[in-house]
Amino acid sequence: MTVLQAALLVLVALGGSAVVLVRDPLRQAIVAGIFGLLLALLFFAFQAPDVALSQIVVGSVALPLMIVLTLAKLARLRGSDE
Amino acid sequence: MRTRKVLFLPAAAVFGFLFVWGLSGLPAFGDYRGPYGIVLAQVAVSERHATEVVGATTFDYRGFDTMGEEYILFAAVLGLVILLRQLREEREDEEEQQSDYDQRLEASDTLRVLGIGLVGPLILLGIYVVAHGHVTPGGGFQGGVILAAALMVVYLAGRYLAMKRVRPVPLVELAESGGAAGFVLVGVGGMIAGSAFLYNFLPLGEPGTLLSAGMIPLLNISVGLEVTAAFVLLISEFLDQQFVKGRDET
Repeated sequence: MTVLQAALLVLVALGGSAVVLVRDPLRQAIVAGIFGLLLALLFFAFQAPDVALSQIVVGSVALPLMIVLTLAKLARLRGSDE
Repeated sequence: MRTRKVLFLPAAAVFGFLFVWGLSGLPAFGDYRGPYGIVLAQVAVSERHATEVVGATTFDYRGFDTMGEEYILFAAVLGLVILLRQLREEREDEEEQQSDYDQRLEASDTLRVLGIGLVGPLILLGIYVVAHGHVTPGGGFQGGVILAAALMVVYLAGRYLAMKRVRPVPLVELAESGGAAGFVLVGVGGMIAGSAFLYNFLPLGEPGTLLSAGMIPLLNISVGLEVTAAFVLLISEFLDQQFVKGRDET
């Protein structure tokens, strides 16, 4: 295992914990996006560029965007109730 | 709280023991024991003229699996579209949407300039990744999500209505079903050529060039179409929800 691979494994472990430990959903979406990018780097370091390519877009763009949109919709629904 | 701890600690201890025990029995790092990967890495270039062995495996040797995966995405997006369209009251008043939108979500100039600059390169990169799926890492799925990301950038640049214009929904739906059907049709082509479903029946060409590896580029293109359209539909259904009042509100 190279230093890069080991460092990325530690970073991914820290990133995953960070996603769980952040309590505010909006911030959690952003942290999840950064975690997705870390995972993509990990896949790349472990010689899986195919997986890394899709992970970049799905993990760091599509997933956070969908979470943020859902949060926006929920905030709007709540706002109209009051 | 105390009951929770009493339950948690023994369970965690048992799990921890089993986890460490299991880890100690794993093969060493990088010690690969499956024969198939080694065989495929040796034969893919000479047999299929595809320099990207992962692509040759997913679209040729295990093409049937990939077809199943493509239809998982197809069914998932179809389900989502049905769910969200039932939930919303159709409101096609675009002027109202636009004014609503202008007030709440105006993008900054920086974001807009960056977004406009990114759209073209993203589309080019997406097409490149789809077209070279059999030569270099990439392929239909990866290129498809990049192409769909280009559309998300249009939205982030602040033009919800511009985005509505560049994604005519009937066309996107046609592309999605066309991509899904294309995969099966290429597979049937193998049967027409007198062999099995998904048999690579096209001329293999020169390894490492754009027109090589027989049917693999065609399968990449159909998956690329399907994935682009699926993600575009997914994101636009979510976005439409932002601008359509729910039943409770009206």
